[in-house]
Amino acid sequence: MNSKSLVSIDQLSEKDILRILDNAAKFEQNPNRPLLNGKVAATLFFEPSTRTRLSFETAVNRLGGRVVGFQDASTTSSSKGETLKDTILMVSNYVDLIIMRHYLEGAARYASEVTDVPVINAGDGANQHPSQTMLDLYSIRKTQGRLNDLTITMVGDLKYGRTVHSLIVGMSHFNPTFNFVAPDELKMPDEQKNFCDLHHIPYNECTEFSEDIINQTDILYMTRVQRERFTDLEEYERVKNVYILRNKMLRGSRENLRVLHPLPRVNEIAYDVDDSPKAYYIQQARNGLFARQAIICDVLGIEI
Amino acid sequence: MTEKKKELLVAAIENGTVIDHIPPEQLFKIALMLGLEKTSSTITIGNNFISGEMGRKGVIKIADKFFEEDELDRIALIAPNVILNIIRDYEVVEKRTVTLPDEVVGLVKCNNPKCVTNNEPMPTRFEVIDKEKGTLKCHYCERKINKESIIIKVK
Repeated sequence: MNSKSLVSIDQLSEKDILRILDNAAKFEQNPNRPLLNGKVAATLFFEPSTRTRLSFETAVNRLGGRVVGFQDASTTSSSKGETLKDTILMVSNYVDLIIMRHYLEGAARYASEVTDVPVINAGDGANQHPSQTMLDLYSIRKTQGRLNDLTITMVGDLKYGRTVHSLIVGMSHFNPTFNFVAPDELKMPDEQKNFCDLHHIPYNECTEFSEDIINQTDILYMTRVQRERFTDLEEYERVKNVYILRNKMLRGSRENLRVLHPLPRVNEIAYDVDDSPKAYYIQQARNGLFARQAIICDVLGIEI
Repeated sequence: MTEKKKELLVAAIENGTVIDHIPPEQLFKIALMLGLEKTSSTITIGNNFISGEMGRKGVIKIADKFFEEDELDRIALIAPNVILNIIRDYEVVEKRTVTLPDEVVGLVKCNNPKCVTNNEPMPTRFEVIDKEKGTLKCHYCERKINKESIIIKVK
């Protein structure tokens, strides 16, 4: 891989993460800086994702750069059978940066090997989504004042949740304690638990989403429990309302607790939570802009 | 008399490579791995011979062919205990075991249908993350596969 691309969260050291977060904080102070004047970025979205794409495009625009790209592979030569390699090589002729989302796992890594232009992975199948993890880390640091020694409770679909798996890796540098709250069908896979064991990260697992757990938590990370993921639909019916956060469940929680969600949310966070000062999921999405600006400058070697 | 008959089962070669102590069920996979269907060298293959150590074993002799170290080391993926003999002038000039490499390129198929390697014309690449258990991790989609699930790509 060309050394500047960002493909996977596990390629970032603790030092890299802190540097990017520090820069994101500078961008939050002022996101409009002419650092990308004269530069062109390509957003190649082979799979749709409005939120991530708009976030990246805004990031480039507010830094004075220009954006070209596509949102749907069916309008490109991919539909004629052009290989990914050829598409990347062709685009590399025109731009200084490639931001890519693809439905195949490993696509971003392959792209980063095929071109000298830096590649930012905006999501490859069920594999990695490093900019989401960085905005999650930024949100955690901002609301807690630090990253170290926090208790993070993850709720919902922990089996297929790309963002929770990535967050575990990202947080592993900072001595966390995890609580995993999920129905049996969607519990945290062995791979992630083995990772925690390897890194001496303590964790607890349970199926009950109780106020007890919430009251011991600093960051409450909610994810959606999807019907499609269940092989046993009776099980889904039993659990579909169990992993929903309602405002009254926060009554005994810590002052510093914040509720995060990678969005979009459906019903797992009740609307009565929105007015709580502890609801942070909207600001979390806003932090995506700053985190992505920091990532873009990092891969292009631009100092802030 | 029986000794002579046993020896005739697999003739000696003048120069070349001998792979011995092959578990019988892996023999043809190894032949595939080495691309033997494409070579014009004289090949002798024997299987299910009685072996003191293994019970039954297979042997492959390829005349006038010498392989690169990494070509042979890949055998360790499915048969870590084979013995390699390099023959010159009917003499064994080198005898060694195979060591699992750190990386395997272009040999093993990724069993994730959504991996880019199964959808683009490109070689696969796996990191050996556990040499003891023979666990591989796809460099692209990051999925892990066990030794038992390894599928050799037909070139």
